[in-house]
Amino acid sequence: MTQPRKPPAVEFAGVHKWYGAFHVLSDIHLHIETGERIVVCGPSGSGKSTLIRCVNRLEEHHRGALRVNGVELSGAEAQIDRVRREVGMVFQQFNLFPHLTVLQNCTLAPIWASATNRREAEARAFALLEKVRIADQAHKYPGALSGGQQQRVAIARALCMNPKIMLFDEPTSALDPEMVKEVLDTMVALAEDGMTMIVVTHEMGFARRVADRVVFMDHGEIVEIAPPEPFFSAPRQERTRQFLSQLLH
Amino acid sequence: MTMPLDAGTRPILERSYLRIRGAGLVSSPANTLTTGVVALLIAWAGWTFLRWAILDAAWNGGPEACRIHAGACWPFISTNARLMFFGVYPQGLLWRPALSLVLMGSVVVASMIPRFWSWRLALAWVTAPTAVCLLLSGAFTAAPVSTNEWGGLPLTLLVWMIAFAGAFVIAVPLALARRSKLGGLRTAAIVTIELVRAVPMLVALYVSRFIVPMTAPAFEINLFVSVEAALTLFVASYLAEILRAGLQSLPTGQTEAAQALGLSYARTMQLVLLPQALRAVIPALVNLGIGVLLSTPLVAVIGMTDFLSAVREAASHEQEWPGCYTIAYLVAGSVFFAICFVASRYSRWLERRLRVAGHR
Amino acid sequence: MTDARVLPPSDEAPFAAIQRWWGGHALAQSLGLAALVALLAFLGHNVIASMHRLGMDPSLAYLSQPANFDISESLIAYHAGDPYWRAIVVGVLNTLKLAVSGCAAATALGLALGLARAAGNALLSWLVDAYVELIRNTPLVLQLFFWIAATHALPSVRQALQPLPSVYLSVRGVFLPSLEVENGSVWPLFVLFLALVWLVHYVHRRLQRPLRRYEWLSLAIISVGAAAAWIVSQNLRFTLDLPTLKGFNVVGGITLTPEFAAMLTGLAVYYAANVSEIVRAGLQSVTTGQWEAGRALGLSRGRILQLIVLPQAMRVITPLMTSTYLDLTKDTTLGVLIGFTEMTAVIKTSANNTGNAVETIVVLVVVFLSISLPVSALINAYNRRLARRGVVAK
Repeated sequence: MTQPRKPPAVEFAGVHKWYGAFHVLSDIHLHIETGERIVVCGPSGSGKSTLIRCVNRLEEHHRGALRVNGVELSGAEAQIDRVRREVGMVFQQFNLFPHLTVLQNCTLAPIWASATNRREAEARAFALLEKVRIADQAHKYPGALSGGQQQRVAIARALCMNPKIMLFDEPTSALDPEMVKEVLDTMVALAEDGMTMIVVTHEMGFARRVADRVVFMDHGEIVEIAPPEPFFSAPRQERTRQFLSQLLH
Repeated sequence: MTMPLDAGTRPILERSYLRIRGAGLVSSPANTLTTGVVALLIAWAGWTFLRWAILDAAWNGGPEACRIHAGACWPFISTNARLMFFGVYPQGLLWRPALSLVLMGSVVVASMIPRFWSWRLALAWVTAPTAVCLLLSGAFTAAPVSTNEWGGLPLTLLVWMIAFAGAFVIAVPLALARRSKLGGLRTAAIVTIELVRAVPMLVALYVSRFIVPMTAPAFEINLFVSVEAALTLFVASYLAEILRAGLQSLPTGQTEAAQALGLSYARTMQLVLLPQALRAVIPALVNLGIGVLLSTPLVAVIGMTDFLSAVREAASHEQEWPGCYTIAYLVAGSVFFAICFVASRYSRWLERRLRVAGHR
Repeated sequence: MTDARVLPPSDEAPFAAIQRWWGGHALAQSLGLAALVALLAFLGHNVIASMHRLGMDPSLAYLSQPANFDISESLIAYHAGDPYWRAIVVGVLNTLKLAVSGCAAATALGLALGLARAAGNALLSWLVDAYVELIRNTPLVLQLFFWIAATHALPSVRQALQPLPSVYLSVRGVFLPSLEVENGSVWPLFVLFLALVWLVHYVHRRLQRPLRRYEWLSLAIISVGAAAAWIVSQNLRFTLDLPTLKGFNVVGGITLTPEFAAMLTGLAVYYAANVSEIVRAGLQSVTTGQWEAGRALGLSRGRILQLIVLPQAMRVITPLMTSTYLDLTKDTTLGVLIGFTEMTAVIKTSANNTGNAVETIVVLVVVFLSISLPVSALINAYNRRLARRGVVAK
């Protein structure tokens, strides 16, 4: 029985990007299916953050095609905003809005960008804050929360928009070690719910547990893609081996 | 001298001694000398002022009393208060400028309380000056008063309020244009801002008085209107630069987070960036407000009777009231000082309060 | 792995840079700019038409006509009957004279205030703070009225106040001693001094080291010798021209008119408050960690100040000081309110006499723009350079 093929969630086809003369993304080919969990890793400067920032057009690619949920990313501002409403992002520096409460942070975009009415937006916000186990802080300001709590609020805020894809740009790198676990647990729960996720991270334990495929990038190129077991135990490329040996000493 | 460890039970004399010592007042011979000299200076100045203002002053009576007493001439103030504070506004209708002062004052005071910050307050900043203009001009009533007869403190406050409120309306788009990625728009904004800021306010007032009426000869442009227009544009350029600095100081992560949520440029500005930028530049805003208030006396150059020129007018009868210049200027200066000092202290209080409350 | 090296798009279309500058909506922007220009042209046309209707002749020809008014003080020779353009030049020179001396006086006074506050005496600091609050919260116009009234209250020349020997304060002006140089030019000595300063700066900056003791000694000997040789060879004579009371007048020395003295004092006192605040802000902007790091390295307080703290503080101080200087220059226009014949006053008198308000104001605006715009551009360029070095936020 043939099923109609759904378009991949994210599709990179020959994508290049330069910062001046520096080739930050070099001939990227990557297909990510709906429901897949991808972990992107690599040394700093390898272009992994730039890669996922291209997915919601925070960065523009210069050559090649990039399709998100079937929509080609280019040009028109209105179209980009629509794509962004379907793609959620969690930043390394949390980037919560400090002048709004936790609840207001979560309801801002649904009310003002998606024309949801206030009651519905707040109900959904509470439900998601409950899910990331921070609903009791709903009326506090971000400045009063710890790093781990802020990052969980950031995850809830992104989820309030009902995204089809979630991007995570080194979500635990700015956290104190004791708070990393609470955020990772939240992300694991999200993965188990079937969300399409692209995660840039150094947390290899998370990759082993949750990832469907691990992407290794170096100097702007994708060096190796493999499921976690083969990736960690038998990497095919020399560069991957070197990186892993530095990481897992 | 042995010091007990429990500071709370130290005798008061000891504690004061330690505080003086800590304040560096007597920590070295040079310091002791300085402290002595400065203390003497302050004492001498204070005593002279006290003598002039109270001991040798005339309190009741008329010009003769002032001729007798060498000190301050307080009767001058009581007799001429109306002229000093309200200018030449018709005497029977003084309730109008008085009411205007109350109206404008309450809007300004309300703006100082964070709890009242909302779009309704912004609306008040528009309606209050309009209401005052209608009130003072006596439109729709049997006793109209031309703008040439407006004067004194209400006029100063009105000029200030319109200029400041109007400046906001112009400055926000100007600041956004200044930061825009669109080259043509950005250049136009830069040219406007730099040109207006390079010109002294006096010259801007001259331009508004002489040249602006000639640009639209078909309309009889009221002096008040053309002055306000020039002043508003002037203040807007400074305000635009302040807003630009505020927006620049925000971390780029805020814009990115808003964009990642799918908010449009306009919504990002309205909901995320501008509220934070305004909070960040509150001291600069208050400074600008104080600076504009202290510059309003310049409108006298083109014929409007603001508070300071009303005072000067009243004090010009030097023959009749000897020594009235001193007390008149002192009163005028004190009024300005009181308003501006309170404003700058308020701005520090507000900054502290916003930081403590967990806002940025 | 990719095979061929893919190169960045370097051969851009020739208009791509312009396209990027427009940033999108190029047509709308062009139309908008065109509309703006059209509006300005329309307004300008209205102005000229109004002038014709009022019988005024829009041209700059009046500049060569004789100005029939006197100017109370001037750096160049001027008499009533000289052409208008000369009167305007006198006004501009007066403005510049006030601006330069005002900036110098404000800086000196402001630094003194800053030092007084940093001296560590709580009472003195309180006094300085009270001074700054008083000055900054009252209108400058009011302060200038105060100062001109003060100069009017000075005694007559015969009973002039003498705070310092050879300095006289009277209702007719302030008289100061001046230094006269005869028989030659003193400029080479200035050049020598500047060369010395540049040399020390060069050693500090490029060679990155302090001058050794023998270098200081030899520099001192050489410069003193050169200066002495110059003075002797030119037979320069330096005389002090002291103002002396002769009858009802004072002869000799430099005379400052009461209006100039009042403006100078008023502007200096007002802006000194600004300068002291700027210096404080600048020094505060350098974190105590910098001091501690310097002490940990074993540097003396002076060296820390010179090498670590002041360079960083200057980055905050310089743009603020330049803005203050610009504001002071713009505030010289207030001289028209107390009778000092700076540019605005001359222009105003010209406008009254010739009825040519518009051209005279245009001249005024052009002169101010040519002073302010280059200085602003320099400040902006300096800020951009700092932003590129990552010192301040762009």
